[in-house]
Amino acid sequence: MALPRTPSQTVGPYLALGITGEDGPEVVPDGTPGSIWIRGRVLDGNGVPVPDGLIETWQADENGRFAHPEARARGETSFRGFGRCPTDPGGHFGIRTVKPGAVPAPVGGPQAPHIDVAVFARGILTRLVTRIYFADEVEANDADPVLRSLPDAMRRRTLLAIRAGDGYAWDIHLQGPDETVFFDV
Amino acid sequence: MADRPLGEYRRDSHVDPPNDFPAYHGSQYRAPRLPPILLPQSLTELTGPLLGPGRVEPGDADLTAGGRGAPIGERVIVHGRVVDSDGRAVRDSLIEIWQANAAGRYAHQVDDHDAPLDPNFRGIGRVVTGADGRYRFLTIKPGAYPWRNHRNAWRPAHIHFSIFGDAFPQRLVTQMYFPGDPLFGQDPIFNSVPDPRGRERLVSTLDLEAAIPEYSLAFRFDIVLRGREATPFEREDHD
Ligand SMILES: [Fe+2]
Repeated sequence: MALPRTPSQTVGPYLALGITGEDGPEVVPDGTPGSIWIRGRVLDGNGVPVPDGLIETWQADENGRFAHPEARARGETSFRGFGRCPTDPGGHFGIRTVKPGAVPAPVGGPQAPHIDVAVFARGILTRLVTRIYFADEVEANDADPVLRSLPDAMRRRTLLAIRAGDGYAWDIHLQGPDETVFFDV
Repeated sequence: MADRPLGEYRRDSHVDPPNDFPAYHGSQYRAPRLPPILLPQSLTELTGPLLGPGRVEPGDADLTAGGRGAPIGERVIVHGRVVDSDGRAVRDSLIEIWQANAAGRYAHQVDDHDAPLDPNFRGIGRVVTGADGRYRFLTIKPGAYPWRNHRNAWRPAHIHFSIFGDAFPQRLVTQMYFPGDPLFGQDPIFNSVPDPRGRERLVSTLDLEAAIPEYSLAFRFDIVLRGREATPFEREDHD
């Protein structure tokens, strides 16, 4: 008999107080070969920027490895893999990282390079989970089991980061005609 | 960590508040309208950041220290154990807390509640769970504060908690409340938890065993993160 779990509550408007420290937006140090900035905005259902949100990211290194015992069979890595960034008054966030390598799907076969993302904000009672894929990974994306499973192929583009500036651009639409695909993990 | 292969993290999202919860007006333009899509848990989800030892200083768990004097308010110990839903201790895991002061005011520039700031209280704490999953803070009981959700809306006294756990699905952000708060009934955030037993699990309990006589009361808040399905499934680990 499993113990009943502790429920989620909203992070509220003052999350910046508690969620501080060294684990910020720089997943890799400045000057890391192959590093990219993934930049975007969090927008509400009216297209208004969300100035009091937070995104967290989790991903494999360039060879598809994770610094975690569960993934030890794939080889050791010291890659941090984790990033988090509060949104600014314009709703902007940015994460400096590297593009991850392929990671196997639960039933075997590769997944396209992807980054898991969690979104927290006032007004969000339970964190939202989505994924970043890369629009320039055309073949890998076409074969990706998660992207292929989306019931509405039109919404797939909400997960695709587009080449721009010093990396990629990717916005999160919490609601509205361009609502981002969110996952039940 | 498990010695033998385990399955997915248990799918128990029914425990959490639905994001589409109109009584909480802040959710109106921020809650997605479309149902979430089931994501089978791959290695990206069976792993996660292991934020633990080295991230905190010993003083980070004492929110009453660090000022020129003692903060105003009732001193309280807040402690408990972090386990998964199979009862396994979640060890070496970062917990971050933040809260209002005894007057119900956050030391945050956006908080414009007309209540005094306390120069001796920042309301920020960090701790890493021990080998048995235990944690402990010393702090001040936060005050209730008004907000604009409805006429005479006041948040019950609460402490915000952020817990990482061992993997992406275990990540939890929640709020801890104090027993018997008369403000529970009118608070849409507390009442967004669908099951009354779930709401009870957000309410700490008075713990006189852990109190320090003539110095501080204590409240116990145990936290249960998602456990893993016992049935192993085959995961072919090749590309
Ligand atoms: Fe709060």
